[in-house]
Amino acid sequence: MRRYFLDAGALARKDLLLELRARDTLPAMLLFIVAVLVVFHFALPTNASAHASLGLLWVAILFTALLGLGRSFVAEREQGVLDGLVLAPSDRSAIWVGKVVATLAFLVVAEAVALPAFALFFTSIDGATIAGVALADIGICAVGTVLAAMAAAGRARELLLPLLFLPLAIPIVVGGVGSSLAASSGKYLAFLALYDAIFVLVAWAAFEYVVTE
Amino acid sequence: MIRARGVARSFGDKRALEPVDFDLESRGFLVVTGPNGSGKTTLLRLCAGLLIPTSGELEVDAERGQVGYLAHEPLVYRELTAIENLDLYGRLYRVAERRERIGMLLERFGLWEARSERTGSYSRGMLQRLALCRALLHDPELLILDEPANALDEAGETLLERELDELRRERTFLVASHAPERLDRFATGKLALG
Repeated sequence: MRRYFLDAGALARKDLLLELRARDTLPAMLLFIVAVLVVFHFALPTNASAHASLGLLWVAILFTALLGLGRSFVAEREQGVLDGLVLAPSDRSAIWVGKVVATLAFLVVAEAVALPAFALFFTSIDGATIAGVALADIGICAVGTVLAAMAAAGRARELLLPLLFLPLAIPIVVGGVGSSLAASSGKYLAFLALYDAIFVLVAWAAFEYVVTE
Repeated sequence: MIRARGVARSFGDKRALEPVDFDLESRGFLVVTGPNGSGKTTLLRLCAGLLIPTSGELEVDAERGQVGYLAHEPLVYRELTAIENLDLYGRLYRVAERRERIGMLLERFGLWEARSERTGSYSRGMLQRLALCRALLHDPELLILDEPANALDEAGETLLERELDELRRERTFLVASHAPERLDRFATGKLALG
């Protein structure tokens, strides 16, 4: 087990180092989420409810995550490195864990900028929303990473990832918006936690088959 | 070490490898030849465990961590340096005394001076040398090499031949090549495809 986490850690560290050098994912995610919030700020009528703006926050988070996920296997695809990783004696799901950790880190940084910006443009954010975002991030990255690996092997990858990901992300939006808006947000947070538990397990188990042709 | 009976592979409707039979004994050196599109790379990828045959039986008596695979691509990250790339693979392949082994290979393949440069700035020949370092890093039992002399200059080819000469008595080789005559002195068998 220790070896497994060391492998996943080495792979995540590599992804973070690649981003530090190339800077082609995180700046794009930051610019995108801030730009989307600015667009929503002008698109919403001035008397729009907090409910409407919180719904749009979830749309912005989802599409920003999609942007990051779309780039998560670019280095492996363009440089053919996935073959080298797949041949290593480590468990192949460690590649997935490494990618999830790295993508999660990028998404959290983007949200660390976006949530205060949202509070500035629209309405304040409570603890339940932050908890919902944290739980949603895990589900988004777990499911999105395995789908990104699947899409990376295909030809119409830019098209394939949103088509595969968005239907599976609907429960995340339901749980996320519910946790932000409902008076009793507990059941929506529990729903997000259940989604995470199920889909983390499914994505972890499926990854081996996704990277084997 | 490898036993193939009627092994074939298709991608959709396209047959990438016609059924092939061969045996490669332990410590053997099998050279695979054939024109472009005959399925050399597909066969090597099958033996490396990167593909599953569409039909036939393929037995490879080597664990995943005991295969050294040299592909067309160097399988390294261009934003990382040679040392960072090899260190990552060394960790994943659980290479003992990783730093010493990496240093020794980089020195042997003439890349020590460029060890801290990002591999994106490497020439094609340097990338091929680095790919050879990567394939040999974990001292594998079975070496599967796809066009190992590809992009190497005369000095690089000499280095490669010296390495093959040193390893051939202790390791098993499956090598695809367009210029098999350079490998004649190592070969214990040949397999012509296409």
